[in-house]
Amino acid sequence: MSARILTTEAPAPGVPTAETVPAKPLLQVRALHKSFGAVNVLRGVDLTVNPGEVSFVIGPSGGGKSTLIRCINFLETPNAGEIMFDGRLLCREEGNVFKVEPERILRAARSEMPMVFQHFNLFSHRTVLENVIEGPVMVKRWPRDEAIAHAEKLLAEVGLADKADRYPDELSGGQKQRVAIARALAMRPKLILFDEPTSALDPELVSGILDTIRALAEQGMTLIIVSHEMGFARRLADVVHFIADGTIVESGPPARIFDNPDNPRLATFIRSILH
Amino acid sequence: MYEFFFVLIPRYFPFLLEGAVVTLELSFLSMAFGLVLGMGVALGRLSGRKWLEWPLAAYVEIWRDVPLIVQLLVIYFTLPSIGLTLPAFWAGVLGLGLNLAAYLSEVFRAAILSIDPGQRAAGLSIGMSRLMIFYRITLPLALRIAIPTVGGYFIALLKDSSLVSFISVNELLRNGTIVISNTFRNMEVYMMVAIIYFVMSFVASVLVRHIEQRLTPRHLRRKQRSGKALTARPAVMP
Ligand SMILES: Nc1ncnc2c1ncn2[C@@H]1O[C@H](COP(=O)(O)OP(=O)(O)OP(=O)(O)O)[C@@H](O)[C@H]1O
Ligand SMILES: [Mg+2]
Repeated sequence: MSARILTTEAPAPGVPTAETVPAKPLLQVRALHKSFGAVNVLRGVDLTVNPGEVSFVIGPSGGGKSTLIRCINFLETPNAGEIMFDGRLLCREEGNVFKVEPERILRAARSEMPMVFQHFNLFSHRTVLENVIEGPVMVKRWPRDEAIAHAEKLLAEVGLADKADRYPDELSGGQKQRVAIARALAMRPKLILFDEPTSALDPELVSGILDTIRALAEQGMTLIIVSHEMGFARRLADVVHFIADGTIVESGPPARIFDNPDNPRLATFIRSILH
Repeated sequence: MYEFFFVLIPRYFPFLLEGAVVTLELSFLSMAFGLVLGMGVALGRLSGRKWLEWPLAAYVEIWRDVPLIVQLLVIYFTLPSIGLTLPAFWAGVLGLGLNLAAYLSEVFRAAILSIDPGQRAAGLSIGMSRLMIFYRITLPLALRIAIPTVGGYFIALLKDSSLVSFISVNELLRNGTIVISNTFRNMEVYMMVAIIYFVMSFVASVLVRHIEQRLTPRHLRRKQRSGKALTARPAVMP
């Protein structure tokens, strides 16, 4: 899968790119808290993601991985802390008061960091093509024919050009997930959030999705990936965050996280996952 | 027999048809009212607002627990006493609509609750607004689930609207009884009334099935056609 998946134009000559200038972080999370009733799921998470970076989030089940990325795009509203995305504070502490930007601003932010879900969550009453153009047409208000042309290109790049008129339940899990990725890309996002994108797939379909994600990473897309695919994380990650009991216990390059875990909990987790 | 075909039918059939038109008007208007109110009540109860929840729940419960005919009589006879005089026809629409809405609100609520929350999450995650999610995702999915049941309620309504003859609306059944009081031909007239109800209900059920097909995505259509009797008719209406 070597096709270019990102269809954003190459930067004009002279325009600084991620390599030439130390980038401002695309996403900065500080002291993020989230509880469901009496359960404190996130207890002060700090996370920085630079443009073009691939961050993996790993950790034991129930540790708060999904909650963290669902808070980043406000599918869940955090209870305290700060989230800065693309230069804009989406929530913050003012004095002792926790303030969240109005829904309109959150929506605009979400449309630039779509999520790919474990269970695909394709709109079941819409065809593949309609799934992909829904956001561009309804949210971004692009002309329909432009949105269709872009969607067809994306579908071709994820290898589903011939499925445009199919409905989600006519597709395999792997095909559905590629449609979901195309739907996310159609927003021309700055960041894509993945919540265990391969966990619901039959084993033989996993590598196709991983290839698609790798192609995105190689083209410079910023990704946050919650995944149990440790081999994949090791090869692709710029940074790996190990989260347990609602905090990031350890962050670092994959080599250190996987091969020299100095934190005992991380070491135990790595051992358990490799067997 | 001769008299039935060549005297009774030409003389009274047009009058019965006038009644049938009123029955249709009653049914369509009550249905429209019931659909809108029923969806409103369903959304109100799903909104998670406590102050809305209990009055709406009480409404649904009360309207489902009192016989329709009693509801119609109460509306027809008590509204004037609080200074609100409605023509019998509109009292009928109000009574039928309120009753239907109580049932439909439960149908819609169940339909909306049965939608995978992931559909909503997906809408949110590409930046759709709540309103947009409602009319682009929740509503079409809920309608597709609810349509067979709603269709069944419509067919039941066509027939149950005959109850408004008790509050002197000149619909099909009441026109029938008027004809009988002039002709004393119970059997023949009720037979004509029955045939007209049958034709209306039959056409309605064909229409409902057609609408169901239209709302079913193409790839699922064939499967459904073989599984017949999709239009679940409520065995007992209100
Ligand atoms: N909507 C919710 N209401 C109540 N509790 C929740 C909710 N969502 C998550 N939790 C709880 O928060 C904790 C963290 O859940 P989360 O889904 O973030 O974990 P995870 O790290 O993604 O786990 P997994 O690997 O199993 O997906 C769990 O204890 C879970 O029960
Ligand atoms: Mg999870």
